[in-house]
Amino acid sequence: MARKTHVQTTINGEQTEFLCHPHQSLSEVLRDELHMTGTKEGCTTGDCGACSVLLDGRLVCGCLVLAIEAEDTEITTIEGMASGEKLHPLQQKFLEHAALQCGICTPGFLIAAKALLEHNPDPTEHEVRYWLSGNLCRCTGYDKIVAAVLDAAQSMGGDTR
Amino acid sequence: MREIEYAAPTSVDDAIAALAGAGVCRPFAGGTDLLVQMRSVPPSEQKWVDIKRIPEMTSIALDASGLRLGAAASCWEVSQHKGLRETFPGLVEAAELIGSIQIQNRATVGGNVCNASPAADTVPALIAVGADCVIAGPDGRRTVPVAEFVTGPGTTQLGDNELLVELVVPPVAARTADAYLRFSPRGEMDIAVVGAGVSVTLASDGTCTAARVALGAVGPTAFGVPAAADALVGTSLDETALERAAAASRDAANPIDDKRGTVTYRRTVAGVLTRRAVQLAASRATERSS
Repeated sequence: MARKTHVQTTINGEQTEFLCHPHQSLSEVLRDELHMTGTKEGCTTGDCGACSVLLDGRLVCGCLVLAIEAEDTEITTIEGMASGEKLHPLQQKFLEHAALQCGICTPGFLIAAKALLEHNPDPTEHEVRYWLSGNLCRCTGYDKIVAAVLDAAQSMGGDTR
Repeated sequence: MREIEYAAPTSVDDAIAALAGAGVCRPFAGGTDLLVQMRSVPPSEQKWVDIKRIPEMTSIALDASGLRLGAAASCWEVSQHKGLRETFPGLVEAAELIGSIQIQNRATVGGNVCNASPAADTVPALIAVGADCVIAGPDGRRTVPVAEFVTGPGTTQLGDNELLVELVVPPVAARTADAYLRFSPRGEMDIAVVGAGVSVTLASDGTCTAARVALGAVGPTAFGVPAAADALVGTSLDETALERAAAASRDAANPIDDKRGTVTYRRTVAGVLTRRAVQLAASRATERSS
């Protein structure tokens, strides 16, 4: 086995360090080394979006990023979305709209939707559907998810943090 | 064991030096193809050279001398670059058709070219605008037209220890515009059944004075169709000229039968997309002349 590499990064605003093998993906290290299991892993080919995280503010699939690339970057995961007990408006609207069944895809959808509203605070339904096309849900279909995102955008009134 | 060694140089020279190491060395940009390949066929020991920390390779420079598109610039950067969309709308259309937002943020135009899929969206679009690949290696740099860079499905001219540094596109001539159209069953998250890239130049009276037509997904590599361009030049892009160009594309198409489409279907669509892409590029060129 090759030697492990020491990586320093910021995850959800907190300075974090970990050791990883160069071949390990970011989602693998988040889940298996840092025990942040909110980020799910589905296809590991970049199709399903369950592992969506923000890397320096950009929406990416954690499965297609090497953990070693995280050096000196800022990562946002689902664990950083709520403020303590206070849910992010997107999380609240997903609950209100029952926009989930089994929940495996939900963290990825929430992170992707957060990235959308930061980029475009007032999206059309078409824009929401297009943006979320990188996230697959195999339970509910997408209508409730789209409705929740649109409702969250409206309730946030442009305040997308 | 899928063991890899990782290097993240900050200059092209250092990257070339890193690639010159023993064993298999792979340039690593967005990783949207490379990581998937690593998992499906775990490689023996490989060295991956991350090229995203090299400023020259992630920059997009657009000025009077044309476009220099760093090979490691993401499709997202390409699609968000305002000047680029105005100048090369077809190239941007091709780049933003690739994958989801998650993929867009990682995948690069340079990687799309180097992955050399017959259905790569940016390759016909790059051929249509006359783009060249700038390749760096231990002996310096060389320039190769995009159409010659890709040599077959998954293969390129890139030698061991060589790196695609940037894609270079000459400045857009007056009353000239490009367009790229892809047909796929779904609007996004899909692979081309056929792709058509076109650039046309119109005289002030609307006569087409220069054209390039390129097709993707209907042969082992994307390729230019000079006969389609010839059918357009000297015409007002009337119905006869459009049909001749479409027929030239149908004739040039050499597709395979697969789950995405039959040979006959792909040939037909190659003609249809050629016609539509010419019309789109021409309408843009007309806007630019007004």
